[in-house]
Amino acid sequence: MRTILIEPEYEAWRAAARQLLAQGVAPEEVLWTDDRQEASLFVGESPPDSAAVQGASAIKVPAAFMDLARSVAAHTDARRWGLLYRVLWRLTRGAERHLLAMATDRDVRQLQDWGKAVGRDIHKMHAFVRFRLVGTDVATGREQFVAWFEPEHRIVRLAAPFFEKRFAGMDWSILTPYECAHWDGTRLHFTAGVSRSSAPDEDALDDLWRTYYRNIFNPARVKISAMQSEMPKKYWKNLPEASLIAGLIAESTGRVQGMLETEERAAKPAPNNAYLKSLHAMNQSEAAAQNHESDLA
Amino acid sequence: MDITRKLEILADAAKYDASCASSGAARKDSRGSAGVGSTGGMGICHSYTPDGRCVSLMKVLMTNACLYDCHYCINRRSSNVTRARFTPDEVVKLTLDFYKRNYIEGLFLSSGIIRSADHTMELVIEVARKLREVHQFRGYIHLKTIPEASQELIALAGRYADRISINVELPSQQSLNTLAPEKNLARTEEAMGHIRGKIEERHAEKRKPDAPKPPPFATGQSTQMLVGADASTDAVILGCADKLYTSHRLRRVYYSAFSPIPEPSSILPLKAPPLIREHRLYQADWLLRFYEFKVEEIASTAAPNLDLALDPKLSWALRNRATFPVDVNKAPRELLLRIPGLGVRNVERILAARRYTRLRLADLVRLRLQMKKLLPFITTADHHPARLGLDSDSLRARFLPPPEQLEINFDAPPIPATSDFFSVRSGEL
Ligand code: SF4
Repeated sequence: MRTILIEPEYEAWRAAARQLLAQGVAPEEVLWTDDRQEASLFVGESPPDSAAVQGASAIKVPAAFMDLARSVAAHTDARRWGLLYRVLWRLTRGAERHLLAMATDRDVRQLQDWGKAVGRDIHKMHAFVRFRLVGTDVATGREQFVAWFEPEHRIVRLAAPFFEKRFAGMDWSILTPYECAHWDGTRLHFTAGVSRSSAPDEDALDDLWRTYYRNIFNPARVKISAMQSEMPKKYWKNLPEASLIAGLIAESTGRVQGMLETEERAAKPAPNNAYLKSLHAMNQSEAAAQNHESDLA
Repeated sequence: MDITRKLEILADAAKYDASCASSGAARKDSRGSAGVGSTGGMGICHSYTPDGRCVSLMKVLMTNACLYDCHYCINRRSSNVTRARFTPDEVVKLTLDFYKRNYIEGLFLSSGIIRSADHTMELVIEVARKLREVHQFRGYIHLKTIPEASQELIALAGRYADRISINVELPSQQSLNTLAPEKNLARTEEAMGHIRGKIEERHAEKRKPDAPKPPPFATGQSTQMLVGADASTDAVILGCADKLYTSHRLRRVYYSAFSPIPEPSSILPLKAPPLIREHRLYQADWLLRFYEFKVEEIASTAAPNLDLALDPKLSWALRNRATFPVDVNKAPRELLLRIPGLGVRNVERILAARRYTRLRLADLVRLRLQMKKLLPFITTADHHPARLGLDSDSLRARFLPPPEQLEINFDAPPIPATSDFFSVRSGEL
């Protein structure tokens, strides 16, 4: 049994896995960890030097596996490195090249679940990041925005290209507890995580956004569980509109009651408008034509 | 009137449009420009309101003043609602400000009809033009169009928009005559036909490598039908939807339960929104589009309304028990799609896995299928459902929700159960 200590990144796992695979080390013989303290309890071993092993590049792995591995690597479950290696082993040395088609396989299913959780986290980051305007760059005239987000998994690098494409025309930083992403119009780069207090709490537009949120809500069709399954409470603390939710729910019954008690309005006659007249004439002649047709039939 | 007040009125006026979809646009983004915006792939819901609906686009009206008198609509001319009107620049600024803060995917702009169809369309188009041409906005734009507007204006709207839509509102002219006397189904369909032509023109020309680039045009059109405002049966509603899907290639038909409004009309008394019916219609719509069902199989002349207690696929299976049990190890794709509790994704998984193995119940459990629903309808290597009683009368009863859930209590509308292949929480499914 050997212990392999890697950085918690896909590239690090891939490099180590390649070497182990080339050396024919079976999954049961490896203990993976990205935790230095844990590794020190064992006789820690760094991943083998990549140049030292020949033939590692000759191993053919389905592209779909590498994509899946990239997502799974961003998950926080400590068992992911070992499971990734086991599936890699089965795909190659185990001669189960079709393995990924087996959603019924326990290992594959677990990787897919982790991949899905990471994908969902990325999607929610794209959705729930809220930028706050902090100033304008005097030299370039570009607006500068900062956002705070708390992802569940290590997804900042996977999620950042989306923001680069979408917000190319503004400068922005997305701060998270473990890693931050920054864009200045030419370069996307990453720095270490920071605490929440580094990010602004508010934006002047938040009130207008809450106005929109309050008014787009329809009190006659409350479905709280549908809302919460897509926007779990853990995200609420960083969403400016979430402070309205409790109040909107509480008022809804009374608002609907008010509608039901409102006196019905009688129809008003058409105003004197040329377009409306032409429309009514068109409708009448079409109706007449239809009646005529049905008379003939 | 200040911008906050205008936004209150003109967002409130827009909320009865169910569509908020921002998917299906051509891929574009802001790289290399001074602007912002990107589209393509799945749309994103940036928030959810307590009605369970997704907030994706900023959905507002240009103005809520309207010449028409559609009795289900808060903006009709007979309503006493406060009227407001945005200037094009106000909408442009709101869209950009909201977009840059990542509150939204883009804009869904509609309007009450003022002066004439063309005049109204011009106002709406002006906003889209400014966003695209002055501000290089590459985010999502959905424009509502008016069937009576000139074809040139509809073409122009399609040039700036990712999606355009015209609401049919009600599935028959007879209903429109009573409830929306200015609206006309034939003209709406004619306009949809023209839009379909433009969308296809663009796609066809794109395929030729040397041909000059066609003028940009929206990639899809959608529509909305109101449910429960008139007496139309589900068979009529689904028949109308099916016709729109096949003859005009609509991306989506939205079903919107007629909901109480603060300005009720004497012609259309308020009632509870038929939320479960709306939910069942979405499920049926899903069956039409992705499960190869025909309208007559779901809602026939003999039984024109959907079963509110059971989802339409299960309901179909119970009416067609001779089709079952289906062998998941052998049945063709079309038949697997008919199994209650089995969605499109899991059908694909089963087809992939069974090339290498004989599926057993434990395999299906690992796919996290709803076993209780599935078991009576399938056979696997180690399961034959004879004893579960496909022939028994009690089979239907096994699937019924507890009786109290069936009542539509207006004060606390029940939340429809979602099945695995489907969830309706918003315009986006
Ligand atoms: S045309 Fe009808 S549905 Fe549209 S805003 Fe006017 S009254 Fe409402």
